[in-house]
Amino acid sequence: MNDLSPTGCTNAPVLRERGQHEVFCGLTGIIWLHRKMQDAFFLVVGSRTCAHLLQSAAGVMIFAEPRFGTAILEEGDLAGLKDANDELDREVARLLDRRPDIKQLFLVGSCPSEVIKLDLARAAERLTDIHAPHVRVLNYSGSGIETTFTQGEDACLASMVPGLPATDAHNLLLVGALPDVVEDQARDLLDRIGLPQVSVLPAPRADGAPSVGPNTRYALLQPFLGDTSAALDRRGATRIDAPFPFGEEGTTLWLKAVAAAFGIAPEVVDRVTEAPRARARKAVAAAAETLSGKRITFLPDSQLELSLARFLTRECGMEAVEVGTPFLHGPIMAPELALLPGGARLSEGQDVDKQLDRVRADRPDITVCGLGLANPLEREGLTTKWAIELVFSPVHFYEQAGDLAGLFARPLRRKAILSGAPSLRCSSNMPGSGAEPRRVP
Amino acid sequence: MKLTVWTYEGPPHVGALRVATGMEGLHYVLHAPQGDTYADLLFTMIERRGKRPPVTYTTFQARDLGADTATLFKDACLAAYERHKPEALIVGASCTAELIQDDPGGLAERLGLPVPVIALELPSYSRKELFGTDETFYQLTRHLAKPCDRTPEVSCNILGPVGLGFRHRDDVVEVTKLLAAMGIAVNAVAPMGSRPSDIARLGAAHFNVLLYPEHGEAAARWLEREHGQPFTKTVPIGAKATREFVAEVSQLASVAPQLDEADLRQPWWSASVDSTYLTGKRVFIFGDATHAMAAACVARDEMGFEVCGLGCYNREFARPLRALAKELGVSPLITDDYLEVERAIAEAAPEMILGTQMERHIGERLGIPCAVISSPVHVQDFPARHSPQMGVEGANVLFDTWVHPLVMGLEEHLLTMFREDFEFSDEAGPSHHGGAPAARAEGGQPPTPAAPPRHISGTSNDGEVLEVVWAAAAEKELRKIPFFVRNKARRNTERFAAERGVGEISVETLYEAKAHYAR
Repeated sequence: MNDLSPTGCTNAPVLRERGQHEVFCGLTGIIWLHRKMQDAFFLVVGSRTCAHLLQSAAGVMIFAEPRFGTAILEEGDLAGLKDANDELDREVARLLDRRPDIKQLFLVGSCPSEVIKLDLARAAERLTDIHAPHVRVLNYSGSGIETTFTQGEDACLASMVPGLPATDAHNLLLVGALPDVVEDQARDLLDRIGLPQVSVLPAPRADGAPSVGPNTRYALLQPFLGDTSAALDRRGATRIDAPFPFGEEGTTLWLKAVAAAFGIAPEVVDRVTEAPRARARKAVAAAAETLSGKRITFLPDSQLELSLARFLTRECGMEAVEVGTPFLHGPIMAPELALLPGGARLSEGQDVDKQLDRVRADRPDITVCGLGLANPLEREGLTTKWAIELVFSPVHFYEQAGDLAGLFARPLRRKAILSGAPSLRCSSNMPGSGAEPRRVP
Repeated sequence: MKLTVWTYEGPPHVGALRVATGMEGLHYVLHAPQGDTYADLLFTMIERRGKRPPVTYTTFQARDLGADTATLFKDACLAAYERHKPEALIVGASCTAELIQDDPGGLAERLGLPVPVIALELPSYSRKELFGTDETFYQLTRHLAKPCDRTPEVSCNILGPVGLGFRHRDDVVEVTKLLAAMGIAVNAVAPMGSRPSDIARLGAAHFNVLLYPEHGEAAARWLEREHGQPFTKTVPIGAKATREFVAEVSQLASVAPQLDEADLRQPWWSASVDSTYLTGKRVFIFGDATHAMAAACVARDEMGFEVCGLGCYNREFARPLRALAKELGVSPLITDDYLEVERAIAEAAPEMILGTQMERHIGERLGIPCAVISSPVHVQDFPARHSPQMGVEGANVLFDTWVHPLVMGLEEHLLTMFREDFEFSDEAGPSHHGGAPAARAEGGQPPTPAAPPRHISGTSNDGEVLEVVWAAAAEKELRKIPFFVRNKARRNTERFAAERGVGEISVETLYEAKAHYAR
């Protein structure tokens, strides 16, 4: 299980496709980022389409006034950029006036703002000058021409890195926005290994921003954080190379890699994690009964695909047919590729019609795909799993390993229930059909 | 630039998508970046459609912008034609592609495809979704509808239903029944339910039934002008409007009016004594103009409610809505700013909201029950059962769905009588909802309403600012008033006190105010 030698899919060919992409843009990340950072506001500078996307992608409206909004460009803004900048300053001033609790404001670039070359980096500098020291204004692009779905979080975190306080300390930084409950579990595990001082990017509040410097070691919590990783490298920090903490195996290897970076022996990790590993194995085994031997295809969505395929094949007994990912970051994904059993078709990018043709030819038992494709595939008799749920739900580390496997098992179990045997005989509810003869008074 | 949190309407190309998705044999090639494909999920998730919307997105990326996005568009067009073999193609640009000015219409035309190619000009930075539906259907009609002979039997087209419409699927069934009862055949239902070849023969009908002016008015007017087809002006929502619709159709078709009212239960349900408690319930109505105006008529004249607010988010229909609001004696609210709608509702303090999914959320926040009457829609607005808004069954459905959120008649009295009962307390909300009215949002617990103000500032008659305070006894008395009228009582009493320069509200003041505002 701990074999990290370059085997598996390390040298597997990757099918690279360029055609219609059926994916979200990076703006979608705002849906979870704005919950994670409690004093941040995300102001998309874009079109009505951007606002409509944010409203629709969440599926539900988060009703408490959300900490995000869209400054919708109108015809007048397109005519002259100076006017657009004035308008932006005015809207930001109005917003900050109404929301004095906001300490970090992200100006989020969109497809239209980038095409008209609205310089949000300069706008952010200008607005920081105006609203300092109370509010820091940052900017990143969540546009569909630059980013795919989870790359929005990457761009957001990367934009924060240059402003992080400097340090020479030998500190540990975890990178990625996880649900609080999972983040707490991670801190607890690391604490028991002997790493009590852990900081996380993003911090829940601006004043808790982590420090970074040449002695910082950082571990990614999500596979899609390539730009953030590069930005941290530029600050002199060192990435801890590891598979991602999905499932029992992934979590253990991740913890051991972090431990090793701080000179802690793997035996310590083994000892500390014995109980949670046993729990994870037990919980995963329940779902694996359903999953074992089943074939799975991933359509490109969140960049979690390779890690999840590794978990499902190695811990749940599934067979990966095609593993599609929007972007394959070689160095970051190397440990995952080494673990992923050979035989899976790897693909990067998308030509959705061609890819769906392959799904129809392969007929996997379950296909992981976006919301736009799920019901149409179900209607063709192909079982699906919504990819977005994998990003919105707590799925990392030991205590969630069973839940993660369960997310894939549930559609299969449901299909089995609805498609027949053994089902109850409806006719047995008729009076007189029971075993006991009716008594005649 | 305008800061927006939630929107009532998407961009206009989403309107075009709603038209295309309702149809068969039509394909839409949309010049757009990859993120715009989110629109597919509106149809596959909210409406539970089992097919992908018939749209190809070019999904250009930043690196294409420096190169050749026009070629990308042409390739996408050719590939879409080859794969889907549509009877007709519509092409256009989303907001981003509009800025790069590739001229999808011209590019597609030069490909020389053997089917009609219709270019859509949908200005993303000035227009919205409903413009998109209306304009797209109009362009399809204008390009495809050919002169043709009228059908030998009396027939009509049903115009307006589109994908993602609020109960369009079921309305079409009900209206078809109304027409069949008069011996009128349906030549085509469009755009939803038709193919481009059906649009081509729209001219064969004797007249048009315009169900949703938001989506079909431009096409109906063009057909009237070019094909001599008159169209109906009555939208058959409610018992009265259904009767008027039947009368109008009988005139247009020159047939005897026929309406089978055997299954029309709503008028009697409304007249029966159990419904007495509905009298004068104050309702706030907001939605698309057609549904909002129809709801206002039904609410006042068929349910016996008092309409205390009326508005719509589509400015294109502001004029008729203003006229109706004037007739109802309320000030019209024409806005697409959802915060403004929330303020207006809070101000009016209605007993019920008839609105969209946005107002349902507002209602949950303010603790006001809400029935949904209009788009924008949610997955709940596509029930498995037949649930029309129009015609005979539509009127029945309106009665049921509007009464359901309210506290039932006798329950209202029982709450007043036994308010101290620890189980049967007004804090529990309507008993048939199994919980407090303000605790059912899918986003989790909504924020609790602000603590009741103990001090308010008012202005006395001589202009000086006055502090109004609740005496403890009066505040206790206020709590005995059932929850669904308590806020109104508080507001009225405070206003009453402020206007009279009363600094402290006593139990007396409370009851004087009650008498003053009694209807």
